Amino acid sequence: MKNTAATANMGRDNLAKLREFASKNAIVLVLLGLIVMIGIVRSSFLNPENLVNILRISSVRAVIALGVGGILITRGTDLSAGRTVGLAAVIAASLAQRPDYASKLFKDLPLLPLALPVLAALGVGLLVGLLNGSIVAFLKVPPFIATLGMMVIIYGAVSLYVDRPPMGAQPLGGLREDFTNIGTGDTFTIPNLILIAGFVTVFIYVVLNKTTFGKNIYAIGGNPEAAVVSGVSVWKNTVLVYAIGGTLYGLAGALLSARTGGATNNYGQMYELDAIAACVIGGVSTSGGIGTVGGMITGVLIFEVLNNGLVVLGVSAYWQQIVKGIIIVAAVAIDIQKYVRKR
Amino acid sequence: MSDQRYAVEMRSISKSFPGVKALDDVSLQVRPGSVHALMGENGAGKSTLMKCLFGIYKPDSGSILIDGSVHAFPGAKQALEAGISMIHQELHPVRFRSVMENIWLGRYPSSGFGPFKIVNSGKMLRDTKELFAGLAIDIDPRVWVEQLSVSKIQSMEIARAVSYNASVIIMDEPTSSLTGHEVEHLFKIIRKLRDEGRAIIYISHKMEEILDIADEVTIMRDGRRVGTYPAKELTTDLIINRMVGRDLTNRFPPRENVPGEVVLSIEKLTSANPRSFRDVSFELRKGEILGLSGLVGAQRTELVESIFGLRLVKSGKIRLRGKEVAIRNSIQAKRHGIALLTEERRTTGIFPVLSVYDNTLIANISRYVNRFGLLDMRRGAADVKRNIDLLRVKTPNQATAMESLSGGNQQKVIVGRWLLTDPEILILDEPTRGIDVGAKYEIYSIIADLAKRGKSIIMISSEMPELLGMSDRIMVMCEGRATGILDGAGATQERIMELSTQFMS
Repeated sequence: MKNTAATANMGRDNLAKLREFASKNAIVLVLLGLIVMIGIVRSSFLNPENLVNILRISSVRAVIALGVGGILITRGTDLSAGRTVGLAAVIAASLAQRPDYASKLFKDLPLLPLALPVLAALGVGLLVGLLNGSIVAFLKVPPFIATLGMMVIIYGAVSLYVDRPPMGAQPLGGLREDFTNIGTGDTFTIPNLILIAGFVTVFIYVVLNKTTFGKNIYAIGGNPEAAVVSGVSVWKNTVLVYAIGGTLYGLAGALLSARTGGATNNYGQMYELDAIAACVIGGVSTSGGIGTVGGMITGVLIFEVLNNGLVVLGVSAYWQQIVKGIIIVAAVAIDIQKYVRKR
Repeated sequence: MSDQRYAVEMRSISKSFPGVKALDDVSLQVRPGSVHALMGENGAGKSTLMKCLFGIYKPDSGSILIDGSVHAFPGAKQALEAGISMIHQELHPVRFRSVMENIWLGRYPSSGFGPFKIVNSGKMLRDTKELFAGLAIDIDPRVWVEQLSVSKIQSMEIARAVSYNASVIIMDEPTSSLTGHEVEHLFKIIRKLRDEGRAIIYISHKMEEILDIADEVTIMRDGRRVGTYPAKELTTDLIINRMVGRDLTNRFPPRENVPGEVVLSIEKLTSANPRSFRDVSFELRKGEILGLSGLVGAQRTELVESIFGLRLVKSGKIRLRGKEVAIRNSIQAKRHGIALLTEERRTTGIFPVLSVYDNTLIANISRYVNRFGLLDMRRGAADVKRNIDLLRVKTPNQATAMESLSGGNQQKVIVGRWLLTDPEILILDEPTRGIDVGAKYEIYSIIADLAKRGKSIIMISSEMPELLGMSDRIMVMCEGRATGILDGAGATQERIMELSTQFMS
């Protein structure tokens, strides 16, 4: 009698532990579950080439998500992320066209050092980030509005940049091979894109977890008033978090044009929403103060696995959109139950 | 008297907020190596004065001298650098971060240049352990603040203020959720700091504490300084007298209510949150004022909000007039004739930019829909006017934005809002917090009058005189449990304190 009660208790304890583990690692389990489920239906999904391809495509997305993620932690948001990626992609592409390519944007452009297009992309991203951060920190414009405006402005600017009357905005092509190699080549058999995304992930992980800046932005997002009275400079950290975000979008833009071998003024459109959705699925709280790099990356992977898996399963493109939308809302609805009602 | 320097001297500080003059020509001198108590009722301006000193508010006029030289702090950072630290009364910590990160927030031990200084977590942990050991505080520096009890968080805040090694430490209600034993411990720390030559500015409502620990006492009333006195010359009565500015005898209106039959009975109510209240039972009678006492963290607010359907209940029964009811949200609560005035008026009570008219009718707006489906503005205006007259709300007109009214008048508007729902049971959570003394008396009169007219009232208050002066019975809670129900006439502050700390180690 006593024994069975004890066993039942133990069973309950184990169940509770299992439940705790499941709720803590829910998104990782979702990711694994998705991979297994899709793999069962279509074993071709699990081909190494396909999995590497998913990682390669995730790379650019991950870089953007890591930029937005930090901003979300401060209770901010960045709607201009996608357009900034597009702007950086176009600028990098325009500086990386082959000298012998017929319809170059800059007719007399000589062969530049390879680093220059990349640095230009990073620089323009940094500039956008600094602007966003300053508008939010000094003019006190709500981040949603500030970056909404920036998103529209950048689209105008990038279209002007590639505008060649009378034909209008033209796609940029004919990129140098050493540049496109950044996006398509391998180093020690590992795709460059994955290496770069891995490096950025580690860098942001260190910044968020091991630096004063990282700890400050968690504090600012978690309780801005506490941060202020503790002498944390809210404006400095705000500007910086947007600047880092912008720089990462710049990098993502360069990588994107290198991977695709070109750029148009429509590059990056709506990428910010995918990035924000990935972060949120990964457990980043839009009300601030909560979020991990692991979560952001898992969120991005869930998205790409889903994208790829739905194609492999032969789901129509329109249905893919509907499924993705449902997943975003459902994931957050489940995650947020941790905080609501259980007061 | 020599030309002794003050650690802090505030000269003729004035500060206004829209609609309120919070500080009017207030001066304060604090000697180094002394404990200087700042006393006054809620809303007297103590916290505002300290926020001016700490750089959170910018005074409209007046000057601040630290150690003899003039300072103007544009922000808390500069105040901290000038050697002033503060334990904030209402400030919440960063909950989803560790204890040590909260302690060293704004000055993490780190190495490197520029924005990406690497935090030395090992040193942070060692420093925190050393700090806690010196203060004999037993908290694991690595746990999330979210997991700490309120009194532990308060201990953490005290350690944090000490860790700045400041020459002036402001403590705003540092003992509000500490047990007797922990208060003794804090006083040991304070005396040690004082003997090291630091100045402590100590804000508290608790007379015994003040008379025990303070060297000098400055008393404030309605944003003005009443005077500064050596603690030795003061008694509890003298302090109250100067704080209130009139005799104690007429602080509360006469009550003529007669409790009748049981209206509400709560049986073994237990919260769904395991750290909240459990097994709470009590009865409320028609025309009765039931006081609800307890320290911060006693879960009083959580209890009444659960009765009102805002929080989840795991088990227990709620009976209205003998009939068991299930209340799952505020709409059902309203339908059952229950009204709740929330504690945090500013965050959960008022709609600051909406008019007095809107604020009065909002809980009841569907009653004013006419047969065209539109709002009958004239009928609404008539009811609002009746409320304004009945409750003596001071407002230019009904269209005035709520935010430009004083705290007391805002509270009256909200009382009026709930009266329009014609409730049987009115739950008031800290109804006089942040309201000036004159308005308090009016709120008390309204409460007494409502009880006389047969309404049943539950009043949460952290001010013991208020509970003793207004309640027919007082229920005391401690750490989520009801520890006793006292008869209002026979209750004493000591007995309530005893029950409030019953389960605390």
